[in-house]
Amino acid sequence: MGAVDIARWQFAITTIYHFFFVPVTIGLSVIVAGFETTWVRHRNPEMLRLTKFFGKLFTINFALGLVTGIVQEFQFGMNWSDYSRFVGDIFGAPLAIEALLAFFLESTFLGLWIFGWDKLPPKLHAACMWLVALGTLLSAYFILVANSWMQHPVGYRFNPATGRAELTDFVAVLTNKVQLVTFPHTIAGAYMVGGALVMAVGLWHLRSPDVGHNASMYRRATRAGAWFTLVAALAVMVSGDLQGKIMTQVQPMKMASAEALYTSEASNAPFSLLTIGSLDGSREKFAVKVPNLLSFLATGRFDGPVKGINELKAAYQKQYGADPKARVFADSYTPTIPLTYWTFRLMIGLGMVGALIAIAVLWSTRRDRIPRHRLWFWAVLTTPLLPLLANSFGWIFTETGRQPWLVFGVMTTSSGVSPDVSAAEVWTSLITLTLLYAGLAVIETKLLLRAIVAGAPEFEEPVDPADRDENAPLVFAY
Amino acid sequence: MELTTVWFILIAVLWTGYFVLEGFDFGVGMLMPVLGRGEQGEARKRVLLNTIGPVWDGNEVWLLTAGGATFAAFPHWYATMFSGLYLPLLIILVALIIRALGFDYRSKVDDPTWRKCWDIAIFVGSALPALLWGVALTNVVRGLPINGDKQFTGNLFTLLNPVGLLGGVTTVALFLTHGAIFIALKTEGDVRHEARRLAVKVGAVAAVLAVALLVTINVSTGSAASWIASVVAAIALLAGLFAASRDREGWAFVGTFVAIAAAVATLFLALFPDVMPSTTNAAWSLTTTNASSTAYTLKIMTWVAAIFTPLVLVYTSWTYWTFRKRIGTQHIPSTSASIPATGVGPPR
Repeated sequence: MGAVDIARWQFAITTIYHFFFVPVTIGLSVIVAGFETTWVRHRNPEMLRLTKFFGKLFTINFALGLVTGIVQEFQFGMNWSDYSRFVGDIFGAPLAIEALLAFFLESTFLGLWIFGWDKLPPKLHAACMWLVALGTLLSAYFILVANSWMQHPVGYRFNPATGRAELTDFVAVLTNKVQLVTFPHTIAGAYMVGGALVMAVGLWHLRSPDVGHNASMYRRATRAGAWFTLVAALAVMVSGDLQGKIMTQVQPMKMASAEALYTSEASNAPFSLLTIGSLDGSREKFAVKVPNLLSFLATGRFDGPVKGINELKAAYQKQYGADPKARVFADSYTPTIPLTYWTFRLMIGLGMVGALIAIAVLWSTRRDRIPRHRLWFWAVLTTPLLPLLANSFGWIFTETGRQPWLVFGVMTTSSGVSPDVSAAEVWTSLITLTLLYAGLAVIETKLLLRAIVAGAPEFEEPVDPADRDENAPLVFAY
Repeated sequence: MELTTVWFILIAVLWTGYFVLEGFDFGVGMLMPVLGRGEQGEARKRVLLNTIGPVWDGNEVWLLTAGGATFAAFPHWYATMFSGLYLPLLIILVALIIRALGFDYRSKVDDPTWRKCWDIAIFVGSALPALLWGVALTNVVRGLPINGDKQFTGNLFTLLNPVGLLGGVTTVALFLTHGAIFIALKTEGDVRHEARRLAVKVGAVAAVLAVALLVTINVSTGSAASWIASVVAAIALLAGLFAASRDREGWAFVGTFVAIAAAVATLFLALFPDVMPSTTNAAWSLTTTNASSTAYTLKIMTWVAAIFTPLVLVYTSWTYWTFRKRIGTQHIPSTSASIPATGVGPPR
């Protein structure tokens, strides 16, 4: 592997890993804030217990999201310095704004929330978590602005004198049409993850023989999580559908790769649920197809035309040149088809299974029912992972589907790498970070499971900050 | 003033903010084994941790903002520095990761081995960045081998020169002093007094190192302004140590705060108008002009910074005000579970 490939592996590993924690943070922050607001309003002790319980899971998860996020910000400069030079005028601004608007907000108010139980009045304390939730949204918005620009560069011009892309219209970058559909899709996907986690954890406790007087509390959590998952799933579907159509406009190759559609279809293109055999366009042994669905996903009409890989490849060769850089364009503007094909299906499929489980949970916990069947154990175990993996597959799809471009139509991935960093150096960091991340995954999983098993803390009537004894122990301490 | 100059100043301010704030939590992390010893060692360690508990994360965001702002305002500076300082930055990243998790996870499991491991992570994770940031920044100011394509042509050993190492040792000593004074300001009981006494001793060493470093830098690339900043740094540090010896911890903290800010200011004043001087050929140096973004981008970023930086400063100050009370061992809850109260036990 050359430096480009190693750097790509590193970016893939660190980014996918980072994005295990991000959706949980985005999703849990609003749910915890919602629980706490319900507590502040109705003074139902169960809600305070749920707030503290899921708040603890939130902080364990947040820590890893935070530290892996620092790597993200550094590695553009470390591994992709020529990319940074080329796009810094446009791409740097949303990153800096994200830090200034979102990171300060999240970290400061999370610190206040964690340590402020005995320092802040209840309403203000709850407001802190809402501000954290707002911070996660702002953070997502600005980083997606940066990503959407790579998918569909707008509001810039190429300056031949400086040899780089330069910003001409910041509002256009902020309101990129790819961004306007990617942001809701990403947020809804993250909310599904948060909802599914709360639902699964609640259900696990609800089904426990020891649940006793806690049954009503865990039922609340389970059903709140399930509703949250379901509503988010609907938003995922609507936004995903819109996104597919925009994607077809700006990157038709990505839609063709999602279906491994080699030959253009003039109308009524079917969507295959799965294909056995080869995806290289030569032959397929077996495929389950839904008529007209691809046409609908791509164009919004069941009889819409969908361009195939071969036609698009020819068009790109005409537009961007046949083979300007042999190594990059060895595959001639075509992404890795099996990867795009299967990640697209896994994204949709796992997300849908997650939504179906949420419906099943709502049905089987109606009134005072507790789902007892043994199969529920497996549902509980897998439920939080389904939307989480759907998130990962979605990102793998959208990022690998853009290849060989780093900035679509403007810069290839291989030309963005740092020229002054040796393959040995990138190997060093790839191996170091991968080993470190693997170790942290074990620790994080253990801690989360331990906290989940420990369950919600017993209720303690909070003491008014004004009435606290000077020497009383802190309500929360490291 | 030109926007490129404005942004040079803003980035200097962000790095200054990072060092004066994260400087004391690096110091606290490094002092854990020293001040967290003895009979009440565990309780004392937790007192130390909780002095920075609510704020260290916000402190670290100054680094992220400095990095992001450098990327946005001076893409070539960001690209050359981050790819050139590749291995030191990798070490800093690993250190910051294990340190942050140490803070967060140490008290989540009540097990001596678990805590011991995170204690090591916190110490190493605080000491390495404290050292390497000093080495890195000193080298940037002194100049690095950079070719005509704005690419760094040296290696790790280019950075390990005597002045660079002096820079690293100086930041370690300054952050130890700053951290000890912060502990003295935020705690009560034995920890407080020990920290204050330690601050004066370490501070004397830091003063000698800082003077040596700043004089070296000023002699080679200094200006009148950078000399003045160095003098301010020296006076502030000595005044702070004097205040510490007189049990005036608030003033002592102001002293080290200003000293570190003025020392960082010295480095940036000595750097200006270059941002990455080239030792290969002065004509190949990255400057505020040839490394910058377009005027349009800088204008937008200036508006964003002008509106939101004051807001950040307001709520950051409010956090420090909220957690202004001193912490003693009596404030440490006996349960080590992060959220008090007993759980419902695992279902069997």
